[in-house]
Amino acid sequence: MTATATRPPEAPVHVVVPRSGLASDFRAAKVVWRRELIRFSQDKVRIVTALVQPLLYVFVLGTGLASLTSGTTGGVSLRTFIYPGVLALSVLFTAMFSAASIVWDREFGFLREMLVAPVRRSAIIVGKCLGGATVATFQGLIVVAIAPLVHVPYAPVMIAILVVEMMVLGFCLTALGLVLAARVRQIQSMMGLMQMILMPLMFLSGSLYPLRDLPGWLNTAVKINPITYAVHPIRQTVFDHVNAAPEALARLNPPLTWWGWEVPVLAQLGVVAVTGLILLAVAVAQFNKAD
Amino acid sequence: MTSIDMISPKAPSSTAPAVVSVAALVKRYGEIEAVAGIDLEVRAGETFGFLGPNGAGKSTTINILCTLTNPTGGRATVAGYDVVRERREVRRNIGLVFQDTTLDLYLTAEQNLRFHAELYGVPRSVLPDRLHQVLTMVGLWDRRQSRVATFSGGMKRRLEIARGLLHSPRVLFLDEPTVGLDPQTRSSIWSYIRELREREDITIFLTTHYMDEAENCDRIAIMNAGRIVVVDTPEALKASVGKDRVQIQTDDDVAAIAVLEERFGISAAVHNGAVTFAVPAGEQFVPHLFAGLGVPIRSVSVARPSLDDVFLLYTGTTISDAEASASDRRRSGPFTPRRGA
Repeated sequence: MTATATRPPEAPVHVVVPRSGLASDFRAAKVVWRRELIRFSQDKVRIVTALVQPLLYVFVLGTGLASLTSGTTGGVSLRTFIYPGVLALSVLFTAMFSAASIVWDREFGFLREMLVAPVRRSAIIVGKCLGGATVATFQGLIVVAIAPLVHVPYAPVMIAILVVEMMVLGFCLTALGLVLAARVRQIQSMMGLMQMILMPLMFLSGSLYPLRDLPGWLNTAVKINPITYAVHPIRQTVFDHVNAAPEALARLNPPLTWWGWEVPVLAQLGVVAVTGLILLAVAVAQFNKAD
Repeated sequence: MTSIDMISPKAPSSTAPAVVSVAALVKRYGEIEAVAGIDLEVRAGETFGFLGPNGAGKSTTINILCTLTNPTGGRATVAGYDVVRERREVRRNIGLVFQDTTLDLYLTAEQNLRFHAELYGVPRSVLPDRLHQVLTMVGLWDRRQSRVATFSGGMKRRLEIARGLLHSPRVLFLDEPTVGLDPQTRSSIWSYIRELREREDITIFLTTHYMDEAENCDRIAIMNAGRIVVVDTPEALKASVGKDRVQIQTDDDVAAIAVLEERFGISAAVHNGAVTFAVPAGEQFVPHLFAGLGVPIRSVSVARPSLDDVFLLYTGTTISDAEASASDRRRSGPFTPRRGA
């Protein structure tokens, strides 16, 4: 069926586009979100390579350092300790890369298609942000799949709570990525910028060491870092299902406190979510200014 | 579907309402005045062409009309909506095909169109029919399941045209729709555009710097250095030149030029290896030429005025020279050492 003069004429289908409103903004956000999922599911290489880094951390670093720490972990394997931290890092990196794809979209022109649509820019950005969070959570679930290898069982309750926690973390990180991506024109610059931001966030989050007896400066830095408030609950959720001495686990994931007050898990996730919302608002403002 | 669909797709009547209306439009970037105060009316159903060299201000004007750039001064309406104050309404009523591709190469053709349909709120009840229609029109229905990354440049452009039409816009903006394509693909794009005019109730606003393509338009605005120099039909513009272009190959070009000057009072010059000059009624002039030149002539060609000649008449420069000087202006930026300093 090609376009030739012999094709029978058909009545033109005339489309009447409805007036813009909340419903159209919602539809736009949804399709932007769905595109993230389609792109993610098509990128099998990315899914596999994103599993390599967590495996290295857990099995190489976790095993290599074990001889140093075996006396202090109270029988809990260092691999089991590092595992929830690595789960958080996996979400962190995937969310950030997802946001970085908007720079790619800009370079290849597709961003323009989105920005000239008759919908609010915020709808596009919210869709992108939720898309990044969802993709990051899926990537996290792939890491959850290796849980039995580090003596963490497949507990449905644990997985359900982890999904919520990873969603919140993914949302916050995608929003941060979008704030960075708003001004960057080249994917190479974005990669450099991401490295610069991600490394400190990772090392200052308590993902790789317990938040106990830290020197004052480091303690302050860790508590300013919003990622800490996602890593701590994720580790707690995992530890709740690990079969080990409770005292040892409590030593490895001591309660997170503000001036002696133990911050509840919901408040911790609240910190991450509010940070995400503020970053999202900044990202929307920046994309509204852009051409 | 309205009765407008029944109107024959011939040249629009001059009483048709204005769909694009521009008054005293100005866009300045620092010192540079990219658009230097233009006025313009495009009527419903028209195919309107913006012709001019690169750097003339065509793309800036289109960007303003598409709500992508704010004007520094003046005002413009598209489909009755102000391009600054009623952006979203303008956007609902226009389709855009940019110079550079804006497709997602990793999605299929159909996924790209569906994405667009969702963004523009195309009702789901009409979407399957409309998808079939626009994809068939550009000859890509069979390739709808292919990833866009596998498409040639021409196929991508056709898909973008289909996408631009998907939500039945009142105005379709095509910014250099054939730039970067080979001649055969260019002509096929034009046949799609012509077919589109016959099948859809739409106004087409395009820019080009190809003279031969501008002739496909109902009316042309010639733009140079941020100003509209003249607006008219291609025929009227060519008629206004009034002279035909005569090219002769002789055994002695220098002598021939001298004789043309002395006996006929015509100034000629060598272009592309032939003595070239312009005279009214060129075909009638040829016998006089043979009788009076006195230099052996090997070949003669007489051509009706082209839009190149029109451009030359109205701007005093050829389109390629205008482009060269525009790029000189761009190049004399902070990184260019001053000559003779």
